[in-house]
This record gives sequence, structure tokens and C-alpha cells, in this order.
Amino acid sequence: MTLSVSPRLATFPFPFRADSYRYSTNVEPARVPVETEAGSWGAGILHLDDDYAAELAERRRILAADPSRLQVLPHMRPAAWDALLTVLRELHAQHPGSMSLEQDGPTFVWRNSLLGVEQRFTEGADDSLPGGPLGFLGSQIQDDVVLLDQREGSLWADAGVVTFAADWSLGFDVGMRFLEVHGPVPRIHEEGIISRAERFLMRLQPGEECRRTNWSMSVDRRLDQSTEVYPEWGPDRRAIVDAGPAELARRLHLRVEVQHLIRLGASGAIMFLIRTYLVALDELASVPAWRERLGRVLAELPEDMADYKGLVRYRDAAAHWLLDT
Amino acid sequence: MTTLALVVGHSEEIAPGIRELSFSRTDGGVLPAHPAGSHVVVDCGEGRRNAYSLTNPGADPREYRIAVLHKSDGAGGSGHMHSLRVGDTVTVSRPRSAFAPVSTARRHLLVAGGIGITPMLAHARDAVRWGRDVDLIYVHRPGSEAFSDELAALLGDRLAETTDEDEFGRLLDKALTGQPIGTHLYVCGPGPLLDRVLADAAAAGWPPERLHLERFVPAALDPGREFVARLARSGRDVRVPSGRSLLDALHEAGVAVPNMCRQGVCGECKVPVLAGTPLHRDEFLADDERGAAVMCCVSRSKTETLEIDL
Repeated sequence: MTLSVSPRLATFPFPFRADSYRYSTNVEPARVPVETEAGSWGAGILHLDDDYAAELAERRRILAADPSRLQVLPHMRPAAWDALLTVLRELHAQHPGSMSLEQDGPTFVWRNSLLGVEQRFTEGADDSLPGGPLGFLGSQIQDDVVLLDQREGSLWADAGVVTFAADWSLGFDVGMRFLEVHGPVPRIHEEGIISRAERFLMRLQPGEECRRTNWSMSVDRRLDQSTEVYPEWGPDRRAIVDAGPAELARRLHLRVEVQHLIRLGASGAIMFLIRTYLVALDELASVPAWRERLGRVLAELPEDMADYKGLVRYRDAAAHWLLDT
Repeated sequence: MTTLALVVGHSEEIAPGIRELSFSRTDGGVLPAHPAGSHVVVDCGEGRRNAYSLTNPGADPREYRIAVLHKSDGAGGSGHMHSLRVGDTVTVSRPRSAFAPVSTARRHLLVAGGIGITPMLAHARDAVRWGRDVDLIYVHRPGSEAFSDELAALLGDRLAETTDEDEFGRLLDKALTGQPIGTHLYVCGPGPLLDRVLADAAAAGWPPERLHLERFVPAALDPGREFVARLARSGRDVRVPSGRSLLDALHEAGVAVPNMCRQGVCGECKVPVLAGTPLHRDEFLADDERGAAVMCCVSRSKTETLEIDL
């Protein structure tokens, strides 16, 4: 039986399938719905929810303040156009009543009535779109986007529009190899997880899609936890320790990323979509199974993983609130 | 493996012994997109499957185009392909990419011999589409100039076409010694041409990372010596005679292994190895995978017994 819950919980991708969590090469086919205690998620690639317009406004604000959140190395132009057209076609197919992409030779017209957008553009002409192909793509979906080029036996993070990073920086990582981007993550190198993941991704054939989830926690409903603005959010991780139980549960959020990995057809690049979901502990606790499971995962999480995820100061308090109050 | 059921929309002999075919969905819908240099595997009747390079533009395609050289001494697959006519149905794999352009290359030097022109047509078109610097050397028999007009229109003086082996040698030599550092070379054609281009490039100081090849005729593999495949899960021993592939021997013993290209390229028929030393002849496995897996379509065993996890 499904609980009566908020729309946010009904589509929340609760990521834990056991009472403990370790890194793994946890990829699975895309577009397969996952039933949860509160509803389901994952039937499609792109998920627009009640926060659609608000999150895109937030992305616009961030990009205006810091244009380095959008990066396209010159050789990634074909991949950026491929990503844009692939996503707009997918949106059209998912939301035919409110979105459409029409083509007349090299000219396209994109209509998105949810945002009140009507945009004419020419494929390959970067200046025919505000922000260029990748910047415009970032104005139509809630996901962050990274484009990976494949060459010399490696994947390279050579383009992206990332405004909702969880403690990393696209401007710093752009141009790095996949293995270098993941350099700071504990355990995954020794255990061969990241090289297995890279090999798996390099073998994705045109049009193949998969997904995985990742998670962390954050203080307050803050999507932008990029390294660039660490002074704005980092100190809260220390300050929250002094909060009382009610404030702790209201301000601490479980942060889950649904990551889609899609081998684009025409360009051969891999499109990495990162859709971030935030739910406060006191809201999540209305699903008893989630409350108990998250509590156990946090209580059991090894210290190095908790440290990397930035939870080390408050995870005991969070586990205590979830399990013992 | 998912396949596409398509219909022949075009079938035409474009040069002596070379037939161009196009395949579409019956409803005319869009086919899976693919990078330049991709191929499809086509069912050629009687269990035969051949890989063919796609010559069509890969963005949002409504048809796949291939060109097939008729080989009277082959296994009969090309003869079957030449018998296809408009309206016939074909089973085609989704496109697979194993010969894509390198996006960061400063220049792209394409070298094609004979029917090896097919992936280069797609490369040349994609390079022109995105403004990449490209040169093509195309050598073929007199009278067998498939796609010459189209290539000349695309590339102008960046196309060097010849039917003369000596002239080809001079063109190749000039191209190999006259490129800026950062040029990538792509070559497709018969084995002797590939070997020559790779040897000449190495002699001219080209690093292997900048050389990319597509063999359209799989290298003839020697028959190899007999060995025994020990199936760990059932405890059975399967004899693999000289001249018979491990994949075929397993199949005849009633053990089905998923497979597709049968050339050691696609990776479908990978089998875990538990004991013994494989004799690897594939181009799929990474070096650090070679201790624990074998591609059973082409690879064999150095040890008398190879224990596999089947």
C-alpha cells in the first residue's frame, strides 16, 4: 500500500536498498520504473516536477553570477549540439501537449509552453541560441549536464553546464580524464570500481542508456554546493551540530542524484545528466521505512566515506534523530 | 542483442561488383543515430552475418546506407547481399561505433583502398559538416571508383584519387611526411594495404595512438591447435579441434553463448576463464582483462585445457 505523501516524496528516488551503503559500480538500465514505499521514480530519462521553473530560475541566476559554470572546449561543439537535439526530442516525445521541436531544413523551432519559450535556431550556429547549444539545454531541464569525449582509451570531461554540483567544480574539472575527476573519492580506485565504470561507459554503443544514483546530505534546501561558493554553504555543516532536534530535522536534507549516462548517436559523446533531489529529514520521516533505513545507513557508514561526503560532524546526530526520537 | 527489422529501399550497382543498398523502417521512421565510421551487422542468410560500414550521415537518419563488394571466393554473404532488391526485408543490428573520428585531432588524414572507402565517405562528410581539416587518399582498381563524384564534390582538392600503385606510394609518402603534429590517420582497406600504410607511418615516426584502422576483411586466423574446454559448472569437457572455433565447438555441444560479430570485435561472446592460459586473438579485451576472460569466437588456448565458467 502506498502512503499518502507529498508529490515531492512520491517521486523521490530513495537510494538505499539495504541498511548499509558502500560504493559499487551500481549501473542499471534507464527508463525502468522503481517502486518505492512512497510512489515510484525512473520511468523516463527527464523528470520535470513542481520545482521546474524555480530551479531553472536559480540556474539562470547562478550562471549570470558565474559564467564559468558553463564550459565547452572547442572540439565539443558537435557533442553540445547533439546533446541539445537529443534532449529536446526526448522532451517533445514525453510532453507532446506542452513541448514541440519542429524542423525545417537546418532551422528548428522549439516551443516549451511550461516556460513560455519559443526559440528558433539553426543547427551548428552557436549564436542562434542564448548561451549556445549547451547553455540553452541547461535552461530547459533541471539536470546538470556533463559531456564526455572518448579518445586515447579514456573518457574526458570536456564540456558541461553544472550549477548544482555537490562539492565539486566543473571549471576545475573540465578537460580532465574521468579517472582524474574521481581522484578524491575514497575506496573506488583501490577497489577497481572507477576503472570498471569507465570501461563499461566506453563500451556503451550509440543510443544506449543507463543510470545510477548517488547521494550525500546538505544543510538547507540548497542546490548549488559548488566548490566556488564553499564559503556560502560550508560553514553550515559545522554550525548545524549545535541545532536542536527540530531544527536539525528541518534543515538537514538527504541529497540524491539520479545520474543518466547516454551514448549520443551522431557525435559519439557520452551525455551525463545529473538530476538532484533534496528532501528534509522531517519530511522524509513521514515514510517510516525510509526513516529507519537512512538512520541505519548513517549509523553504519565508515568514517572515510562519511568524511568525503561531508557528513562527519552531524551524521551521528542525524542517525540519532531518525532512529531514537 | 537487439536487432532492427528493416526493408530495402534502394539497391543499385554503383561500380562493377559493388552494390549500394539502403535500409529503412517500414514506417519511414527515424533509425538510431551513430557517429561516422560506425558499422552494422547484417544477417546474410544461412546463419552468416557480415559487418558493413555505414556511409549515410549519422544524425537523425531515416535510412542506413552500405556498399557491398561481391566476393566470389567468400562464404556467400556478399552474394546474398547482391541479390537483395527493393522491398526485401533484412535483419540489421543497431549501429556499433569502433572507428570514430578523434575530436581533438588537428587534422584527419584518411586513406582508403577499394571498398574500404565506405567508412571514409562518412568520415569525410562529418568532417566537412563540422569544419574539421581533412584529406583523403583513395586508391582503387581502374573502373571501380565508387563514390568518386560525391567525394570530389565534398572535398575538392583535398581528395587524391588514383588507380596506380606507384602514384599511391608517392601520395602516401608525401602525406605521411607533410602533416602537422597532431594529425590522426585513419585507414581502411585490404590487409596488405593496411599493413603497408601502418609500416610506412611507423617508419615516418607516427606514434601508434594516432593511427586508426578498420579491417573490412577479418585477418585470416590460423587454425590453431586442438585443446579441451572444461566447463566448470557442468564438469563437462568439450574438445575444440584445430580449425574449429571455441564458440562453434560449444554450440555443437549444446552450450549457447551470445555472439554477434564473430571477429573478436564486438564483445558479445566474452566468457570468464577460471584456469589455463587463453591464446587471445581478439581486439576487444583490455590488457588487464586478459587473464580472466576469453572471446570464444576467435581466441583459443595456450594450455591443453582451458577451464571456463560455463
